[in-house]
Amino acid sequence: MKADPRGVLTGIHFIDGDHACCEGALAAGARFAAGYPITPSTEVVERFASRVPKVGGTFIQMEDELAASITLQGAVWGGAKAFTVTSGPGFSLMMEHIGYAAMTETPCVFVDVQRGGPSTGLPTLPAQADMMQARWGSHGDYEIIALCPNSPQECFDLTIKAFNLAEEFRVPVMFMMDEVVGHMTEKVVIPPADQIEVVPRKHTRKSVEDYLPYDTNGDQVPEMAHAGEGYNFHVTGLTHDEHGYPNMTPQVQDKLVRRLQNKIRDAADRIAMFEEEQLDGADVVVVSYGITSRVAQRAIGVAREQGLRVGKLRLITAWPFPEKKIRELAAKVKAFVVPELNLGQMVREVERAAAGQAKTFAVSHAGGGVHRPEDILKVIVEASRCQTA
Amino acid sequence: MSDSLIDIGNPAVNPVEPFLRTDRMPHIWCPGCGIGTTVNSFARALIDSKIDLGSLALVSGIGCTGRVAGYVKLDSFHTTHGRAIPFATGLKLANPKLNVVVYSGDGDLSAIGGNHLIHAARRNIDLKVICVNNLIYAMTGGQTAPTTPDHSTTSTNPYGVFEPSFNLPHLVEAAGAVYVARWTTFHVRQLSRSIGEAFQKKGFSFIEVISPCPTLYQRRNKLGDGLDTMKYYKEKSKVRHGAPTSEVGLTMTGEIIVGKFVDRDRPDYGTMMRAQFTESLGEKFVEQDEQEVPVCS
Amino acid sequence: MQLTEIRVAGFGGQGVILSAILLGKAASIYQGAFATMTQNFGPEARGGACSAQLVLSDSPVLYPYVTKPDILVVMSQEAYVRFVPELKDGGILIVEQDLVRVSDINQELQVYSIPATRIAEELGKRMVLNSVMVGFFTAVTHLLDADAVRKAVADSVPPSFLDLNLKAFEKGLEYGINAPTATTETADAELQEQYSPE
Repeated sequence: MKADPRGVLTGIHFIDGDHACCEGALAAGARFAAGYPITPSTEVVERFASRVPKVGGTFIQMEDELAASITLQGAVWGGAKAFTVTSGPGFSLMMEHIGYAAMTETPCVFVDVQRGGPSTGLPTLPAQADMMQARWGSHGDYEIIALCPNSPQECFDLTIKAFNLAEEFRVPVMFMMDEVVGHMTEKVVIPPADQIEVVPRKHTRKSVEDYLPYDTNGDQVPEMAHAGEGYNFHVTGLTHDEHGYPNMTPQVQDKLVRRLQNKIRDAADRIAMFEEEQLDGADVVVVSYGITSRVAQRAIGVAREQGLRVGKLRLITAWPFPEKKIRELAAKVKAFVVPELNLGQMVREVERAAAGQAKTFAVSHAGGGVHRPEDILKVIVEASRCQTA
Repeated sequence: MSDSLIDIGNPAVNPVEPFLRTDRMPHIWCPGCGIGTTVNSFARALIDSKIDLGSLALVSGIGCTGRVAGYVKLDSFHTTHGRAIPFATGLKLANPKLNVVVYSGDGDLSAIGGNHLIHAARRNIDLKVICVNNLIYAMTGGQTAPTTPDHSTTSTNPYGVFEPSFNLPHLVEAAGAVYVARWTTFHVRQLSRSIGEAFQKKGFSFIEVISPCPTLYQRRNKLGDGLDTMKYYKEKSKVRHGAPTSEVGLTMTGEIIVGKFVDRDRPDYGTMMRAQFTESLGEKFVEQDEQEVPVCS
Repeated sequence: MQLTEIRVAGFGGQGVILSAILLGKAASIYQGAFATMTQNFGPEARGGACSAQLVLSDSPVLYPYVTKPDILVVMSQEAYVRFVPELKDGGILIVEQDLVRVSDINQELQVYSIPATRIAEELGKRMVLNSVMVGFFTAVTHLLDADAVRKAVADSVPPSFLDLNLKAFEKGLEYGINAPTATTETADAELQEQYSPE
């Protein structure tokens, strides 16, 4: 279906990534946000707080991130599309409820504008070091989806995508921005509402008598009901059966947790988004995401001028990791070069998916700034000289 | 629908049965536990207040009382430890037509959830909070709670509790609750009436129910069984409506002041929010839709 | 337009960030080029020193930061001292002449100066200083179409201050069209003269 025009600020804007993310959320139909101030993400909720009373919705500033990350889920079960926004330290506090959203299959979006860590780290400076936390941060086995924008325009476009994926798969979606993208101002084109596709809630059409809250009818994603509609359903973070009732046996656990995992893994190819360039005949493929993909592009340009055959694979979806794509490439190229603003996170996934068919070179950076293109170039040159694995 | 549910024509059926998920029985609570008694009072309050069950949602945290959400035939949410109140806050704000009850224990609401408790009271979120206070962490095996009385013994204070405990009515009154009452599981009718009164209030209402945990608290402290505790509640409870909450703190074997302590009016969060936006934004203020999310049709 | 790196710096309250936004908007929305603006966040951005980085190009901007600016706009002595050394040889230096004393330059530069604050005050509102500066920038750098910048100014300021800001922009533009270029050799002396109290 199409976006509700009331939430869509159609036009050409010169705004930063944080503001664009807020506009994306509004365009996607988000009418509820709960937040807690934290640099460098606060601008998203500040704008939402200013915009949403004129659109019809609610923003509430909670007492901490623990509260914010569950308040939004209450709102979802009350019928709203909802999200929260934070940065590293707050993201750490939210892990509990990313697990709850995964377990209860609450569609929602967590925006993390990444800054340097660990702990308080670098409040105003970038990193991409929450990538593994986004995937594995809560306890237990579960799957999430994570997207990585690399421009304010993508902060708008992909926030809509994040909400759409959340609704389609009933899963928490991590929107993994970084400080540079969040605070960078560029042109952002917001199309008319009738050109924006939004995925509605997967609401049940069944009668009260026939409805089973966690019965999937084989398609892995159950239908949802909202509080106050007469379904008298039960939701719990405990292991539960199709009634939504606690049932803590190994059999029910196995069935539930495998489904939570498989509903994402089985659709990984469909969820995967990446941008590729000159992969055919490449010796070296630079795999990057977020702001680093733009810095890397500069290095790739110089390397090509030097006659090197360098391809580019930009991950737009970081999770589920597009391992099939990497595996296929690994059979054809000499090496992958993976620059990221951390000391080695997604590079391990690349290495795992390459499974020894091609070499993997990390270009690590502890955060606080972005790579110098020449540092990436150096590794590209080194990688292109390596012998095929 | 609610009419048929409160049809109590068949005398063989317990009148509260229509409010329970009977397919979930037997429940997990121990013999002599007071939580089931509070659920009975709650169900009777629903019957008496004729509240629309379709608009009622119940939210629990974690712990023995947290399991209430699993046994009531309502839209019910068993959330994470301590977070029933913020979840309920989102539910209420997204759909203001819902009547939202938070039903949880003392440890859940006042320790791990203590920050949320005081802030929801401060904001005056329109929630009805029923706090079953058994003075201990029961589900995890009898550890000290913020409410455990001085000198009693717990598994984590085996030589006696020496840290001061919370006086919950005093805490929530100071934070801003509009309705504060306390009863024990001996006072089943009074408790029902209080729950009914709380439904009439718009704002943050808090009802503390002192309840036995024979298995872990009473036994360890040589306070007898469930029946002995009922006798204690009967003998040592003093009804003092309007008592200053600063004077209602609990001790291990002393008097239990019960009654309705606070009943006042101040605008709730939603009312204040709408008033503020109307004042600041005038015609630009758009009220939230009833149905927020377009759903598949 | 080839890749052009610009830094605008001054202190909080001068409209440093807004100046960069106006120029970026003009380039990317009204002139079909690409613009990326970043600003320095951190304690120093609050009340004290303030700076914005703007990268303009005909093709999408990849690296978002300024490494060696082609153009530096400074509106405080502190910003001058801090940022002049990074300015590219042969680059353009634009200064608020009442607030910046030009000295100790080690590169070949084109230096342009304007009493933007004074002009803004004469127009009646000190806060339109950035529109004056943006007009002046437009005239002396020949980087952006005056009309594109004019449109950017028009759609970025509150309606009640639209006329005043446009007037400020025209003043700055006019001042720039007539402005002499100082070379590094002459800048010190000339600007010193202008800086002297009347």
